[in-house]
Amino acid sequence: MKYRVTYPVKFVVLVLMLFSFIGTSIAQEEATELTFSATVSRLKVRALTAKGKAIEQLAKFQNSRKILILQALVDGDLFEVRDSGQIVIAESKEDKYSIVLADNGNGIGLVESSAIKKIKLNNRLRSKIRSLVATLQLNSAAAEVRLQAVKTLGKSINQQSLFTLKKRAEIEKDDDVLDALGLVIALDNLNSTDRLIRLKGIETLKQKTSLKAVNRLQAIIDKNNEGQFIEPDAEIRKQANSALVKIQARLQVYAVAETVFFGLSLGAVLVLAAIGLAITFGVMGVINMAHGEMMMLGAYTTYVMQLLLPHHIGLSLILSIPAAFMVSGIVGIGIERGIIRHLYGRPLETLLATFGVSLVLQQAVRSIFSPLNRSVITPDWMSGSWQINDFLSLTWNRLYILVFCLLVFAFLLQILRRTRLGLEVRAVSQNRNMAKAMGIPTDRVDAMTFGLGSGIAGVAGVALSQITNVGPNLGQAYIVDSFMVVVFGGVGNLWGTLVAGFSLGIANKVLEPYAGAVLAKILVLVFIILFIQKRPRGLFPQKGRAAES
Amino acid sequence: MLLKLLGNDQESRFVLLMLLAVTLIIPLCNLIFSAGSAFYFSAYTVSLIGKYLTFALLALSLDLVWGYCGILVLGQGAFFALGGYAMGMYLMRQIGDRGVYGNPDLPDFMVFLDWKELPWYWSGFESFPFALLMVMVAPAILAFVFGWLTFRSRVTGVYFSIISQALTYALLLSFFRNEMGFGGNNGLTDFKDIIGFSLQSDTVRALLLMGSGMILIAAFMVCQWMIKTRLGRVVTAIRDHESRVRFLGYRVEMFKLWIFVFSAILAGLAGALYVPQVGIINPSEFSPLISLEIVVWVAVGGRGSLYGAIIGAVLVNYSKTVLTGLFPEVWLFTLGAVFILVTIYMPDGLVGLWKRKIGGFKDE
Amino acid sequence: MSESAKPFLDRYQTFNFVNKRPVIKGNVDVSHGTVLYMEDVSVSFDGFKALNNLSLYIGDGELRCLIGPNGAGKTTLMDVITGKTKPDSGSVYFGQTIDLLQMDESAIAQAGICRKFQKPSVFEKLSVFENLELSIQSDKGTWVTLFATLNGEQRDRIDEVLEIIGMSSLRFQPAGILSHGQKQWLEIGMLLMQEPRVMLVDEPVAGMTHQEIDRTAELLLSLQGKHSVVVVEHDMAFVRSIAKKVTVLHEGSVLMEGTMDEVQNDPRVIQVYLGE
Repeated sequence: MKYRVTYPVKFVVLVLMLFSFIGTSIAQEEATELTFSATVSRLKVRALTAKGKAIEQLAKFQNSRKILILQALVDGDLFEVRDSGQIVIAESKEDKYSIVLADNGNGIGLVESSAIKKIKLNNRLRSKIRSLVATLQLNSAAAEVRLQAVKTLGKSINQQSLFTLKKRAEIEKDDDVLDALGLVIALDNLNSTDRLIRLKGIETLKQKTSLKAVNRLQAIIDKNNEGQFIEPDAEIRKQANSALVKIQARLQVYAVAETVFFGLSLGAVLVLAAIGLAITFGVMGVINMAHGEMMMLGAYTTYVMQLLLPHHIGLSLILSIPAAFMVSGIVGIGIERGIIRHLYGRPLETLLATFGVSLVLQQAVRSIFSPLNRSVITPDWMSGSWQINDFLSLTWNRLYILVFCLLVFAFLLQILRRTRLGLEVRAVSQNRNMAKAMGIPTDRVDAMTFGLGSGIAGVAGVALSQITNVGPNLGQAYIVDSFMVVVFGGVGNLWGTLVAGFSLGIANKVLEPYAGAVLAKILVLVFIILFIQKRPRGLFPQKGRAAES
Repeated sequence: MLLKLLGNDQESRFVLLMLLAVTLIIPLCNLIFSAGSAFYFSAYTVSLIGKYLTFALLALSLDLVWGYCGILVLGQGAFFALGGYAMGMYLMRQIGDRGVYGNPDLPDFMVFLDWKELPWYWSGFESFPFALLMVMVAPAILAFVFGWLTFRSRVTGVYFSIISQALTYALLLSFFRNEMGFGGNNGLTDFKDIIGFSLQSDTVRALLLMGSGMILIAAFMVCQWMIKTRLGRVVTAIRDHESRVRFLGYRVEMFKLWIFVFSAILAGLAGALYVPQVGIINPSEFSPLISLEIVVWVAVGGRGSLYGAIIGAVLVNYSKTVLTGLFPEVWLFTLGAVFILVTIYMPDGLVGLWKRKIGGFKDE
Repeated sequence: MSESAKPFLDRYQTFNFVNKRPVIKGNVDVSHGTVLYMEDVSVSFDGFKALNNLSLYIGDGELRCLIGPNGAGKTTLMDVITGKTKPDSGSVYFGQTIDLLQMDESAIAQAGICRKFQKPSVFEKLSVFENLELSIQSDKGTWVTLFATLNGEQRDRIDEVLEIIGMSSLRFQPAGILSHGQKQWLEIGMLLMQEPRVMLVDEPVAGMTHQEIDRTAELLLSLQGKHSVVVVEHDMAFVRSIAKKVTVLHEGSVLMEGTMDEVQNDPRVIQVYLGE
């Protein structure tokens, strides 16, 4: 990464020098005489005070590599070559190290780990370097780097860094960075002795959504153990209180947003699990109790794909989607041809036979992969979360699943609406005999529909593997829920399934804080049982003569 | 005399006689003969057979609703477990101050959870007659409420099955919670006495087996009688053509409801007999898988035939005992395969096969 | 003792909520000579109007034939009368006083309106005798049914009906082995067992031989006067042989009513049946 050297940087360095000069005049004299390389090599001195001085001196040079070196030092990547005494930045390559010279970046090559010696630090020096690096980065061209630097500096604020930050605030253009700067400065304002500055600080904090701001404001209005206010100034207490109320009102909104997000993401999982069922149950009238195991197969397919491509986790996940579709789809077609075909028109028997299939599949997986859970690695772009502010962060994997769910839904809708298969499926589901008379190969349509439903279940399994462990009981955990979603939404209606899945997901998450996860689930189940009494055909019932009989 | 009245077909009579024999001979042999004798049955065998008998009663209860009334209940285990819990609560109260914490009023798990007093729904369970009443009343109430809601709004067929599965699933989750006051995950166990007699003694075990056998026989005869009344014919008619029965002026939902409640009571009794013989009741009895296994027993034996359900329950459970002992891996494969094969090739179970065979002989 | 407290102290008093109020026959108020009133009845399925402001009156003891092309609403009309389908609007009365829309299927059947289905629906696993026994006019509560036995009078009635439908020799055979025509007859027998006020008969002669059709016509004709009979049938020869009054349905409402000759010569009816 390159850093543009700007005038403010020079200014800052000048200021730093000024401060340092006041502190340690002797070291200052020495520093001016040394070259950059010599300063770098001084980092290897044992004595920590001397090392500290060397670090300070290094920070003053106008050299593009200094941040790199300091960062390497704090990360423990800076080494001294035992023979030559050169300072190098090392990168671990299997059991050896690839090293480059610290001062100019020239590569030296691979060395044994015994050939180099780590340059050690203590915690005081480490935090010192961090704040130095942050100060330097504050002037980076990249807003992201500057934002990070503000946050790092904000953690341990002192006179010097505050001054730097204030200067930066005067010229900063980026909104996010300004916001962060404002927060740090306002927090510091509260420490002021000037009442007006403190009030101004509170005024600024009112607009900030930050955990720190909440804590600080809370501290102002708290009472001590004797029941007296810690803060003597009533006006300040009043202002702090009103600021706190303002912030908390905003937090409420974020809390709701978070619940809705969690609800939607749970709903997405439910919809993914239920939508294949909506096809086999809703369109074909077949209860497939092995549906959960189709998901399990999809999840295990993901696991196997990762074993095959251990170095390309992301790619293997993408490839798993069609692979899982194929695996589950083919197994599904096998089940349809082998078993369900013999049982059309006998839904209760179909239910039992497919349950038998689910037991066999579970045990098969247990025998092949062991009964233990397998964990599937999540690729980088799916792990972590999108931190919107201190109080709202959305995990990437759930966000992706939400999007994925909608894609799958749209895909399925298009298949049913626009393809020949979809037309045939709808025809067969409405009037099997008539469809047969029209020359539609109902046998093949049945097999394909079942394969499609099972394939979608497999794809759902891929998604599930990203949020839960892959084990033989994976399917079992979702089967009751997915049936509830289909029944709640109204059999034979894909939109109903979508709405039902999302509303049940949200209902679950809304109830959770009050009732706990398990009780919330029970309440939702009981609600559905009661709902079915009122509307036996679900939210969006099919109407017409066919539905009446 | 009774036999003549109640079992006019040979197979029912045979099964009834077998049951009587098992009920009388095994406990007596266990008590009379000593361990070395060829006629001796070990305490383990006695408990095992006692357990089979309670399962047979459970299968009978399901056959009544499924085989005769056509309602496939995928949550029959819930009634069994409720009966079991009612009995378990009585047995917990019998422990008295002999628990680990020595608290005379509170069961160990409540002391462990730092509860100060017995929850209201535990009161009364120190009395055996009350517990016996609750064994039947608790499942009956659940069946009544659930049946009232579902049958009245004409939830039928697979919908009913799925919702009954959800019911037992919801109960499973609830009973896992410590706050429910039923021992959470671990359930109720470490029982000591029943009506003052030690559960470990051979006599009590033998008597429990006898009791299970007698209740099974009684239930079998009552069911046999019931299906021969006009009510039985109405119920069968509902299975075959529900709407027609309605247009004849019968209130179908009431018939379904009462058969369902009666079946739940039988299942509750089975659970109550099961618990003292195995010494534990925990939430896993509520799991949907257990309820589905009950369906297999009935399907294998032959639904729509009361003695078939009994044969099925005993046979499947015997195979389970043998197979899980020898090859634990194989059991689920077997169970799954039985599910598939029975539904496709033997829709009337073993009884159906037997009848066809007899029929075949007659034709020749 | 005050008058209001009296019912509570009367030891033989049973209260309504205990009483399962058996339907007393002949309780239907037909003082105006009409047994069934349907007024402005509409039923729609997903926008399709199966019945469209239909009004129909059936006289007491009348034999009425309903004809009409497929989709005219004949079966839906029967569904509405028997409580299977609730109409979107309109009113359906049994006699002057009994509002059928407030009752469910079993209550309507108990009140005396019985129905034969288009597809013969008998209980195939039960014997012919048991089929008739289940249909018998009696208290049909669960508890009563558990202990019910047949008295001599009821046995005689079953024998009588077996005679009428010509199945005395088949009484112990399971209904499943009967021919299509025999099943139709058995179902008519089941209606007779219920001693209904109104019989709704949906396509009674489908799948019957000529002799059977003639006997069915005879049977239905013998019923009029005692029962009101509504027959839906496509077989025009059969309709002609039994009908005094014919109602033609078209697109969910009554197109015309009259004698068979009037109907067959009406240009509107011809157009409906033959198209433009």
